[in-house]
Amino acid sequence: MKYVTEYRDAALVKGVIEEIRRTVTRPWTLMEICGGQTHAIVRHGIDQLLPPQIELVHGPGCPVCVTPLELIDKALSIAARPDVIFCSYGDMLRVPGSNRDLFSVKAQGGDVRVVYSPLDAVNLAQQNPDKQVVFFAIGFETTAPPNVMSVLQAQRLGLKNFSILVSHVRVPPAMSAILSSPHNRVQGFLLAGHVNAVMGYWEYPPLVEKFKIPMVVTGFEPLDIVQGILKTVQLLEEGKVEVANAYQRAVTLEGLKPAQAAINKVFMECDRKWRGIGMIPMSGWCLRPEFDEFNAEKRFDVEAIQAEESPLCIAGEILQGLKKPHHCSAFGKQCTPENPLGATMVSSEGACAAYYRYGRMLTTEHTENAEI
Amino acid sequence: MCLGVPGKIVETYEKGGLKMAKVDFGGIFREACLDYVDDAKVGDYCVIHVGFAISILSEAEAMETLELLRQIGSIEEELGPEIPS
Ligand code: SF4
Repeated sequence: MKYVTEYRDAALVKGVIEEIRRTVTRPWTLMEICGGQTHAIVRHGIDQLLPPQIELVHGPGCPVCVTPLELIDKALSIAARPDVIFCSYGDMLRVPGSNRDLFSVKAQGGDVRVVYSPLDAVNLAQQNPDKQVVFFAIGFETTAPPNVMSVLQAQRLGLKNFSILVSHVRVPPAMSAILSSPHNRVQGFLLAGHVNAVMGYWEYPPLVEKFKIPMVVTGFEPLDIVQGILKTVQLLEEGKVEVANAYQRAVTLEGLKPAQAAINKVFMECDRKWRGIGMIPMSGWCLRPEFDEFNAEKRFDVEAIQAEESPLCIAGEILQGLKKPHHCSAFGKQCTPENPLGATMVSSEGACAAYYRYGRMLTTEHTENAEI
Repeated sequence: MCLGVPGKIVETYEKGGLKMAKVDFGGIFREACLDYVDDAKVGDYCVIHVGFAISILSEAEAMETLELLRQIGSIEEELGPEIPS
């Protein structure tokens, strides 16, 4: 298909990788913020085709992975109620809560449904007036416009049996947190192209200014990714700190204005816990008080639920680019996609699942030698 | 879940007060909401994410980028293989 086949052209990808090889003169550590890009990088083996000076570390941009444990526990508590139809994107079903997951709630008789779009959940609420329909509204800036539309649509339709459980996170505060850490290794960022399709990239120059590192808006096809890496390496080698756009066919500086307006109408910024990382100030979105009637946490009185994370799992360090999945003692042993201990093993966008699926743990020795 | 997928708008219509479309993902058809991309029309390529169009792909930009990257590839061909260091 147009713009897809061309951007998967192996010869072009190889040409750009050669150009990266010619450009690079010393080691650089780049982070791709988005889990979708992590998946594509590992799947296409881009990390292994790059010259050895370039190290890619994988960022926290997988919404499934960073949804805090206590929100999963809240979801489980709501979903188990007999009067509730609980709707979720498919990849949340197997994310482990403190002692079970949505899948097991479903197996025990809970009405848990997988929806493709949040509007499907609104339809379910219309069709089932005697039930409470709850949608698990998770995600970054990309799912925010769809998720807020479900609330606006439910309001327009006058629905009294629809609410959302919100676990929304935003990219820029997470990047700030990573760059502020004394252990930070990241020297350049590949920005998550679809986040920028919605939000534009006007939020990033202040970050570039503050942390003095280049950032490049990057797409998702193999050619987009290597182009983003090339641009970042060029900026690093030239000593330039700026925001560049290597995904111009989909992203503009100002982004999708009507979507930003809808987000601001329904959501406001708030502190948010990230699984494995902890609380990041003002890093999330939550419902404005005007939309309290659509707030599932208030409707079902689950606000007080708290939870402790497993001490074995080092997903937090992985999500900050400090470690790789195979550095985890549980990786591929106690923790597999069939039996995940942490959220980065559940989602196909999680770094642990991508490494496991594409056999990166088999190269542990090789990789570790290469790092010395 | 978080992957936006490009597709082509083949039909637009209204449903429940929202602007909707039938979108072709290389032979697989799905419904998507066009409410956030006002000027999207039949024939446009969009990035669709959880049932919503979040970007109209610019054909001009797509072609320009490809041309640029092809040049990078062909410079290499013209220069021949690199000298092993
Ligand atoms: S392998 Fe499993 S336990 Fe280890 S960091 Fe990844 S998700 Fe956590």
